[in-house]
Amino acid sequence: MTLHTRSLAALAAGLAAREFSSVELTEHFLARISAANGALNAFLTVTPERALADAQRADGVLAQGQGGALTGIPIAHKDIFCTDGIQTTCASKMLKGFVAPYDATVVERLTQAGTVLLGKTNMDEFAMGSSNETSHFGPVKNPWDLSKVPGGSSGGSAAAVAARLAPAATGTDTGGSIRQPAALTGISGIKPTYGRVSRYGMIAFASSLDQAGIMAASAEDCALLLAPMAGFDTRDSTSVDRAVPDYVAGLERSLKGVKIGILKEFFAQGLESQTGARVQAAIDEYRRLGAEIIEVSCPNLPLSVPTYYVVAPAEASSNLSRFDGVRFGHRCENPRDLLDLYKRSRGEGFGSEVKRRIMTGTYVLSAGYYDAYYIKAQKVRSLIAQDFKRAFTQVDVLLGPTAPGPAFAIGDKVDDPVTMYLNDIYTIGANLAGLPAMSIPCGFVNDLPVGLQLIGPHFSEAQLLAVAHGYQRVTDFHSRVPVAYT
Amino acid sequence: MSLTRKDVEGIAHLARLQMTEAELAAYPESLSKILTLVDQLNAAPTGAIEPMAHPLEGEIQRLRPDGVTETDAHLKYQANAPQVASGLYVVPRVIE
Repeated sequence: MTLHTRSLAALAAGLAAREFSSVELTEHFLARISAANGALNAFLTVTPERALADAQRADGVLAQGQGGALTGIPIAHKDIFCTDGIQTTCASKMLKGFVAPYDATVVERLTQAGTVLLGKTNMDEFAMGSSNETSHFGPVKNPWDLSKVPGGSSGGSAAAVAARLAPAATGTDTGGSIRQPAALTGISGIKPTYGRVSRYGMIAFASSLDQAGIMAASAEDCALLLAPMAGFDTRDSTSVDRAVPDYVAGLERSLKGVKIGILKEFFAQGLESQTGARVQAAIDEYRRLGAEIIEVSCPNLPLSVPTYYVVAPAEASSNLSRFDGVRFGHRCENPRDLLDLYKRSRGEGFGSEVKRRIMTGTYVLSAGYYDAYYIKAQKVRSLIAQDFKRAFTQVDVLLGPTAPGPAFAIGDKVDDPVTMYLNDIYTIGANLAGLPAMSIPCGFVNDLPVGLQLIGPHFSEAQLLAVAHGYQRVTDFHSRVPVAYT
Repeated sequence: MSLTRKDVEGIAHLARLQMTEAELAAYPESLSKILTLVDQLNAAPTGAIEPMAHPLEGEIQRLRPDGVTETDAHLKYQANAPQVASGLYVVPRVIE
């Protein structure tokens, strides 16, 4: 049975026609997780009982001829989303054993849409990392080559989808954490516009950049899942009250005359030549599809990494101050006094990359440095946003690589944080400007997938998905599965 | 920009982070590297530019009426607490 290689639409059709039940589908994926997770470490928690209960409920709905496009479809959630009654760790020792007392809005909405919860996926600790190596529970392996990283921070979700252990999984993206792992594992992933999807119940890293999204094999699958996730939520003060378009209905629009901007800065120093060649081939494909290719420039974009490494740590140091060893999370043994309780609980509970970012953030916000670092970075952030705005007066969508190269070896970049940070050089700009962006597979280098990035103006998710889908109609990179997981 | 071990100790105190010997030995170098990366920002001409206040132009932080919207669920929340007594979170003595 090859249920795991079918699209979501095909799975939904099979469920509706009673070709197979949601329980059978769920058992199929649970069996795949049991077989593969030991090697991949993609899931931190598997929830078979919950999954089968969800599936039985879905089968009841389907038996009455009811249900929607997602009724009975199994999915996984990144372990950054709170799940009522289920351990939610953010891959940190700090939250080991933490059982969330409520569901994140994303979880709640996808449950209401009829999805089945398979489990919670591994990630970089508190979403801080680009390789999944900062997880307290061990690195995730890339299904295309177990010696390589899957990218991060949503590396568990990416590996789970790439190995077809789940048809789709949620992710979050603060500086590229959906797109870069999607690229490195050969799947599709979308980071929506800031404010499009509720952040309620999503453990905060950098609140002006964090955005929830979805990872699946294809843009079409992403469109199906993004629909119920998106939309206004009173419980997130930055959620935007704006109608959600029909992402699926818009997929088939023609690419004729669509203006695609090639960002000059994305093809400069740092891009590996073979990766660049795959992206160039995709540009040629778009030209054949009738798109107009225009070169554009965002001159301040090369400053996005230094800008991010002021803004994100600053917000993180503030957000993570809630982990104080008092109300939840790790507490040290026998604290002498309150200061000792704070310091040792935090020192023991956080891993080294998280501590590094808290320290960076504390420093750039401290008296005497705030203007030089934080205000300066927020000004450059304005410049970067203006660059994008100007580019979108010329083109409908921007195109470039997602990452400078394919997946790198586990252990390769852990000793130098700055080298690791530079892997997000092409993805961070969209977060700084709050723009929607996605990554889709566009080929292979040495049998490792390469990702193509598309960035659109605010709230242009429907167009991004259509531009991605147009490419996937004439290519098959998105349907390739690593040999060991076919 | 280069940070010393003493700088790192000071920042760690502000951040309420207990550092191990190994961390105190390693962080000055890696944090200095990050600050060197960040120093690239000095080259950007930001004279009359406003610092960004919100990723979406024109959006302002929404406010809500200050009303009671949640029911009491302290038992559920406190199930995650390291130490509670009589419905209260317990910490080391603060006032002698």
